[in-house]
Amino acid sequence: MISPAITSTRPRAAWTAALPVIAAGALIAYGLTSSGYIATVLGFAAIYGVFCTGLNFFMGYTGQASFGQNAFAALGGYGSAILTDRLGLEPVLAILASMSIAGIVALVVGYPTLRLRGHYLAMATFALGLITYEITIEWTSLTHGYMGYSGIPPLGLFGYELANEKQQLVALVVIALFGVWISNRLRNSRFGRALRAIAGSEAAAAALGINVARYKLAAFVIAALYASVAGSLFAHFIGFISPEVFGTAMVVLSFTMLYLGGIGTTWGPLVGALIASLIPEVLRSTLPGGLKEGQDIVYCAILILILIFVPKGLSSLGSLWQARRSAVREG
Amino acid sequence: MALLNVQGVTKRFGGLVANDSISFAVPEGSLFAVIGPNGAGKTTLFNAISGFFAPTSGRILFDGQDVTGLAQADIAQRGLIRTYQLVQLFKDMTVAENVQVGFHRMTSGNVGAALLRGAGFRRQEEHIREETRSLLTFVGLGNRADVMADTLPYGQQRLLEVARALAAQPRLLLLDEPAAGLNTQETDALADTILRINARGVTVVLIEHDMGLVMKVAQRIAVLDFGRKIAEGTPAEIRSDPAVIAAYLGTEAEHA
Ligand SMILES: Nc1ncnc2c1ncn2[C@@H]1O[C@H](COP(=O)(O)OP(=O)(O)OP(=O)(O)O)[C@@H](O)[C@H]1O
Ligand SMILES: [Mg+2]
Repeated sequence: MISPAITSTRPRAAWTAALPVIAAGALIAYGLTSSGYIATVLGFAAIYGVFCTGLNFFMGYTGQASFGQNAFAALGGYGSAILTDRLGLEPVLAILASMSIAGIVALVVGYPTLRLRGHYLAMATFALGLITYEITIEWTSLTHGYMGYSGIPPLGLFGYELANEKQQLVALVVIALFGVWISNRLRNSRFGRALRAIAGSEAAAAALGINVARYKLAAFVIAALYASVAGSLFAHFIGFISPEVFGTAMVVLSFTMLYLGGIGTTWGPLVGALIASLIPEVLRSTLPGGLKEGQDIVYCAILILILIFVPKGLSSLGSLWQARRSAVREG
Repeated sequence: MALLNVQGVTKRFGGLVANDSISFAVPEGSLFAVIGPNGAGKTTLFNAISGFFAPTSGRILFDGQDVTGLAQADIAQRGLIRTYQLVQLFKDMTVAENVQVGFHRMTSGNVGAALLRGAGFRRQEEHIREETRSLLTFVGLGNRADVMADTLPYGQQRLLEVARALAAQPRLLLLDEPAAGLNTQETDALADTILRINARGVTVVLIEHDMGLVMKVAQRIAVLDFGRKIAEGTPAEIRSDPAVIAAYLGTEAEHA
């Protein structure tokens, strides 16, 4: 018997591969033809997309909780700021150097903490975020404290700078798509299956020879590398960072995005980042004058409604539609 | 030579002695069963052998080597694979993906291989897909490959766990009550499957309450009661063993 899934998988694969690229193209076009402000909003979304795609390795694929991923974004952001300012490094080199630092810190911090389970791990990662926040405030000679770091050079390569936010937006979207591409390749492999097995059952994963602690550590480090890149991109995109940029609010926002888009899916984090970034802007421009005050309430209501009616995240809508179509075809 | 040698294994939980100095040997290629009333310590014994936790005292030799206290994944990497009494499927994965995870031990490559996707990677993935198909057919789940694992009825979930364990090419396979939740027909099919697994050269240790199944497939049986081994022998010997009869009659009397 030929399973119906075999006949419906092939066309769907081509379709789902093309769709995001088309969507990204439309998005870039929208950003380029709109105001600089919209381009900035979309750039933020792409940066958060990178951050969440990384966090998804640890929280989605591997099923672990981390409340401290903002620490690695701060490392990336301050790394980029300090390395370009003090050492005069090219932004790209500063990003790569910050990534290596973030990766090493993740290894050193993750090795002991990932042996902890459940609440302890969550607490340990939360502490990591708080400690980093304190350091960025207190170590003023290096970080300028509350004042923050300004005048960070924009993205560029070989001395050529991307002059405005629209050029930078194109670069950010390309980088975000590259991040998702990596995530997709890793997910559908022996490595990704091991991570997802850990999310499903640590006991069963270990019984099949998977070194649970080592794979958790790998997912944690990958998430830290993405977070570091996101932090660096933020610094170069805006040109200014302060401790607040990488504060606890970042953690809350990234969780919202993950669940909104679909945690554990490949495209969910980017979709979630985009939707969560755009809703407030749409509200701002469409709500009538009297309702403007209640914008935050409307925003939260929309988020809650989405989470109630699409609990698996917005990126699950695509496959739902597919499933319904193939069901109709079979019936 | 014995593939598995359990020597004086004791496991205490606080004051409770769940395994009390248990010893037995499982010859390579044989089909061994561990039976006993509820709470006798059978699952605890599997947990100690497979490294889920270390025994309080005693030694476990696998293929002549001391594996006592090694991490569970390290023991599994040597080819000692177990299933769980309470099914432990990867719920967010399809039936086929569950089995694919089972190939972890016999395959290689991590981040680098997954990113580059060279010829070796693709050949390995193709091999995994083919073998997954044949394993699912082997346990009778051939037409369920693409459904989510947790949508399977309970009996089929157990079969999936067996298929996944087989993907790891065990030298020694520990099955903890694989027939629980199966109807008579399915149990007969399972008995046949277990015999075919054994015929492939896999040494099997089976925990089972279904006496029909045990008597049909096991070559040797150890009986546990209150954490102690009270008998060991062939099915015929066990059936007529006074201590075994007393243990089972005792529990039946308690339940009555
Ligand atoms: N992790 C644990 N902590 C404390 N006590 C435990 C633990 N695991 C098992 N026990 C106790 O050890 C004894 C043996 O349990 P075990 O699960 O090994 O029995 P079993 O023979 O597998 O029973 P069943 O046939 O019901 O599966 C029981 O009294 C049980 O309550
Ligand atoms: Mg048991």
